[in-house]
Formats: sequence, structure tokens, C-alpha cells
Amino acid sequence: MNDLNMTIENSHTEYVAAPILEAQHLRKLFPLHSMNPLGQKTAVHAVEDASLALRPGRATALVGESGSGKTTVARLLAGLYTPTSGSIQFRGEPARLSNSRRLRAYRRHVQLILQDPFSSLNPVHDVRYHLARPLRIYGHARNKRQETEQILSLLNRVNLSPAEQFISKFPHQLSGGQRQRVSIARALSVQPEVLLADEPVSMLDVSIRLDILNLMLRLKDEEHLAVLFITHDIATARYFAEDTLVMYAGQMVEGGPGDKVIQEPAHPYTRLLISAAPDPTRLSPENNGKIADLPARGEIPSLITPPTGCRFHPRCPHAMEVCRQRFPRRTELGNGRWTNCFLYGDGEASSEGKLSTNIIDQDR
Amino acid sequence: MTTNGTFQGDSKGRPYHRATHPLLEVKNLNVDYLAASGTVHAVTDVNFSLRRGEILGLAGESGSGKSTLAYAITRLLRPPAMITGGEIRYYPREKGETLLSVDAISKDSPGEDLITMGAIQEDARGGDAEGEDANNPVPIEGNGRSIDLLQLSPAKLRKIRWNDLAIVFQSAMNALNPVMSIGAQITDVLRAHRPSMGADSRKQRAIELLKLVGIAPDRLRSYPHELSGGMRQRAIIAIALALSPEILIMDEPTTALDVVVQREILTEIIRLREKLNFAVIFITHDLSLLLELADNVAIMYAGRIVEQASNRDLYLHPRHPYSYGLLNSFPALRGPLRRMSGIPGSPPDLRSVPPGCAFHPRCPFAFDACHKVLPVLQPVQSEDSSQMVACHLYNPTYNAEPPTTSDLAKKYEALAEGSATR
Repeated sequence: MNDLNMTIENSHTEYVAAPILEAQHLRKLFPLHSMNPLGQKTAVHAVEDASLALRPGRATALVGESGSGKTTVARLLAGLYTPTSGSIQFRGEPARLSNSRRLRAYRRHVQLILQDPFSSLNPVHDVRYHLARPLRIYGHARNKRQETEQILSLLNRVNLSPAEQFISKFPHQLSGGQRQRVSIARALSVQPEVLLADEPVSMLDVSIRLDILNLMLRLKDEEHLAVLFITHDIATARYFAEDTLVMYAGQMVEGGPGDKVIQEPAHPYTRLLISAAPDPTRLSPENNGKIADLPARGEIPSLITPPTGCRFHPRCPHAMEVCRQRFPRRTELGNGRWTNCFLYGDGEASSEGKLSTNIIDQDR
Repeated sequence: MTTNGTFQGDSKGRPYHRATHPLLEVKNLNVDYLAASGTVHAVTDVNFSLRRGEILGLAGESGSGKSTLAYAITRLLRPPAMITGGEIRYYPREKGETLLSVDAISKDSPGEDLITMGAIQEDARGGDAEGEDANNPVPIEGNGRSIDLLQLSPAKLRKIRWNDLAIVFQSAMNALNPVMSIGAQITDVLRAHRPSMGADSRKQRAIELLKLVGIAPDRLRSYPHELSGGMRQRAIIAIALALSPEILIMDEPTTALDVVVQREILTEIIRLREKLNFAVIFITHDLSLLLELADNVAIMYAGRIVEQASNRDLYLHPRHPYSYGLLNSFPALRGPLRRMSGIPGSPPDLRSVPPGCAFHPRCPFAFDACHKVLPVLQPVQSEDSSQMVACHLYNPTYNAEPPTTSDLAKKYEALAEGSATR
């Protein structure tokens, strides 16, 4: 499986800051326990090969359907799971998450925001408790006065005002959006450099989502945070993040600057994802309101016995024999774009050295 | 499907068309939840009409009353919910069209007033063209051509339900019985509503239905847990279509599904609608999805319909500031990237809805009248289209110059810039 090219760095010129958190060839299997001790060992291949780099002040979106392994990637990066293989580097040093002291030191820098604000806050504790714990644990607040001061400023930063009122509220007294703001404040309380946001808005009501996204964008700019933004909605990824990575069944299939990936998707899966997304611009007068046909059907395959080679091949309208045999190497398409697809080459750039979307268009 | 007479029944040989007269009319519907802490007015004075073959979308934030409205139409509400007023007029099929369900009803209950449904007269139909206008429907009183669903006895209601009015629930996971195979759940519907059908023909019908929604017939014996989320949702749709209903109510049928599966289901609904010519009430919070799917969209806020328009009108020029805000809560897939603001504030507590226009505390355009006078749904003056809005900005009494869409956009953009410091 790991015959992939090792180059993570790419030629994207906009990348100025060095990556703060990097992951290389992360792989995670969840063993399944069968009752038969002699039976074959099986496992869920949740993440097969994930490589990414997060840079200060930049947001990277990780897009995929449910079951694509995007949440597992976030949890691996947060140190909640130990990778089966692959490495995580923080500030260029391998992140050692072997014992709780090291893990705690790592979490001072890397924080996770969970999807569901209704279950990620403890219902028996008030807002003060949720925010005071990380402040005390990481030594940012030494006494009660400092603690209160910092909690109030955190609440103000996430636009929960009047902060004096919110500090003593319990989760059930807050709306979904307010709870998610508390979660964000909790993540920010340790003054992290990296924020891993696992679908932070998907549980929220439509009108509140943008508020939370804008809040996170503002914090990202103000604090120069590196953000990993996990979402299933490719339009939100475009709005929020500079870079987009597309994941399918545990494999990363395409990446690059968000707008480019959406306007000129290379990998057939990315094309499928984009053509399936609701897009009211199809209603505009020049477009006649016709709903596009889907280039492929179906769902993510079983990850216990995943398809060989490129896992998208059973659904792919362009599947070739080689797709069944092995996973393609990463092909650079220029301008920071890359994809893992034999249609564009196998490791080295395709003959023209640029994105040739007409490969697919001709096939249609 | 032309091969199958029983299934086609209604629309055999008839080209697919959207009729102009209503199939379902909701008039001044009110639903309250009686709670100890105060009465919640979940649906207030809702009026709309649904035509044959139409897809009507209901959109709004959570708590705007869209699901309650759907349950009220199907009379599925349980206490503490109470329908406190209004009418839900259902217009059964016209004379000359064979309708299985009407036959069944007349056979089972001779002498009951439902039998008059069969004798619907064609005259006076032509004059109903204005009946499209949801707010000013042509009054049709007690001539037996329509039934008020709210007045039906449980026995009659049972005959209308599923025969004429089927519902697809939000969570396919919970709506299917986990200990019954898919086939058994489909034939169960047929056994209950078509007692004359034999076991073989029931099975045949179940196979047909599965084919119709794109599931291989060998899945008949599968249990829900053996199917993926998308297939479960398809199975639910198959059950809903089992008796060829006139109206299909879909309450967030795709919310729990992935985009690709969601798109497949929507394509399926559109295809089936064209084939079987049923009407759909489609409820979702995802307005961008609704705009693609629905013919007409009603936007609900705090239990009231605040804007009603065709999908194109709504997309090109939303009139209500709330509609504009909702429409712009979804980042676009294409076009220039710009900072968006969403709608400030949060939905009101339905126990104490703000006086006047319920949206005024969040509205960037609110002026004096909005705090005091309740706006009613009325046609937008300047337009020739059927767009209706409940907003004083478009009422010449309060505002001489109605804002254009770009005015709305400017105001919201100003908000977006302000939000950086908010």
C-alpha cells in the first residue's frame, strides 16, 4: 500500500509559512473482534493513507462523505487515536504522544472542536467550569481572579455577551449556537496554535452556521491559527478554507487551493461530489434550471473488505484495469493541485504537465 | 411503468401535467401546543394550495413550524398539539378518472358522504384558475367536491391516509420496523388497505415498487439493518407509494444522507413525480436544495408563511428580508467568494412571539410599523408573477418604495462587514 511517493511538499507558491502540524501516510485500522480465535483477523480500514500539512493562519478543509475517515484523521491528529502507521510532526519534530504527560504538552498546542455541541459539554457543569479546567490545567490562570478575568475575555472573544451572565449558565440553558461558541472558547482557552474542527456547524441551525463560521474565520486571522476544517459540504469548505483536501474511503484523492478544486475538479470522485451538491445557480436564466445527471452512483464501500487499488474504482465511470490493482501515486497538476488518479498520470505529472480535465469530458 | 395497469391507474395514457385547480387547500390553519409554561403557537394562519403534480417546498429554521404543519395535514398530531382552527380541503379526483382509493371507499362505506367524491362535477372547474392564488382561493362550500380533512371521522381518515395522502418521515432508520423484512413491510400496507388482494399479487406489487425506487427485487427479504441509509430511504418511499397516493409529504427525507445519495433520491422523486403525477410537499431546512427541486417554495418563520413564490422567483429576487437572509446562509458553490453574514439573532420563543412582524427584532430593515402591525401575505405589487410576501416593505401604506433585491443585498453586506467586530 505504501508505494506512494513521499513528497508532501509541493510547488504551491502561496505557501509561505512552514507547516506547523504535518501528518504523513497516516493509517488507522480498527481491529474487529471475532468470536472465533482461529478465524481470520479482520479490521476496519478507516484511514488508509492520509497526508496533510497545516500552516499558521491558513485553513485546510477536509471534505468527504460519512465513512470516508475524515473524523478519524482529526482524532489521530488530536492524539485521541494512535495511528497504526505513519507519523505526525509538530513544528518539524515527531509528535510523541506515548504517555499522558507528553500528550498533555501536545494538546497545549493542538485542540479539537467536536461536532455535536449537545453532547460535548457536560450537562452537570456550568460554563465557568468548562472553561476554568483547561485554564488551570495548563497554568494560564493561577488564581480565581485571573481565572474569572480570562473566562470573561474568552466569552467576549466568541461573542457571548454579556459574558457575566453566560459564565454561570449550564449547557441546557444555551442554544446550539451558544453551546458551540462555548466549545470554541474551551478550545481557545489553552492558547493553541492548531485547531481541529470536526464538522463544527453541521449540527447547527442554518441561520447560525454562518455566524459560527465567521467567528472561526475571525479567530483564525486574529490568532494566526492553523485550522483543519472537516466538513461534508463542499460549498462550506470553499467558503471557509484556503485549501481543500478530498477524501474517499480512507484515501486522499485530491487536494489544492479550494476554489480551484471546486471549479476544475480533477478526480472523478470530486466531480461526483460537486455535481451532487445542491447548486441553485443552475436556476439562473442562462442555465435553464436543469439538474445535472450524476456521473456515478452508489455509496462508500465496506471498509472491512475495501476494494483493491483505488477504492473508488467500483463506482468510477473511468475505471481501468490498473485501478483495480494498485493505488495511483500522487500526481502534481501545478499551482499546488494534486490528485491520486491514473487518468492524470502515476507519480510524475501528466505529459502536458497541467490539468487536463478534457480527459474526462471526452469520455462522457 | 406503462405495462402495469394497477399501478398506473390514475395517470394511464394521460400526459404528465400540472393542473391548475388545487388538490389540497390549507386555509387559516392554526396549531398550538398546550404547555404548562404557555401556549406555543407553532402554526398560525397558514394558507396555501397544492396542485396536482406540484412539488411545494416548505423551508425555514428549526422551530418554524414546518414539520408541525405537515403533521397537521396528515392529522398525525397528538396532544399537547391541538389544531385550533382552519380547514384542510382535499379535492379528490375528478369524474371519469378511476381511482382505486375512491372505489375502495365507496365499496366499503356505501351511503356515506365520501361517495359523492365519485360524482364530482366538471362544471365550475374552469373558473378555478384563480384558485392558484393561495391567499384568495375561490370559496367552494359544501358541494361535496372537497373534503375537510379536519372534520373526518377516524374511520374515514384511515381510508384517506396512505390511499391519498402518504408521508415519508425524516429518519429512515427509525421509520422502518427492524424485525420485519422490507418486503413484509410493503405487503403489510397492501394487506391493510387492499384486503381483496391475494398474497401473490401483493408480492408482485412489492417487487414492482422496489423496482420503481431502484432497489433490486431480491432485497425483498432483507431486513432494514442490511440496507444502507440511502436504500432504507428508498424503501420508505416505496412504502409511501404503495397505494399510488395523490399527495406525498416528505419531512426532511434526505437530511441524514450524504450528498451523492441525497442527489440520487431527489432525482428519483422527480422521476417518479413525472411518471405518477403525484403532488409533493417537501420539507427541509436546506433552501438551496429546495430551490432546485420544488416548483413553488413557501418560507416559514415563527409559524407563519412569510413568503411564497416559484423557485425561480425566489432565487432571482427574494422579497422578504428573512428569505434573503436564509438564501444567503448557504455558501455558494460557484461565483465570487464573498463574506456572508447570515441572519443576526436567533429565532423567537414561540410562547412569546414578538408583536407585529415576528421577524422585526432580527430584521435589518425594521421600521415603526413592523413593531406594531402584523403583515399579511399579499402579492408583491410591482411584479406580474405570483410571488407573495408578508412584509410591510412591500405594502404601499407603509412604504412607498419597495426595496429591490440589490437593496436587500446591500443591507446584508453592510451587516457582514459589521460582523467582523460583532
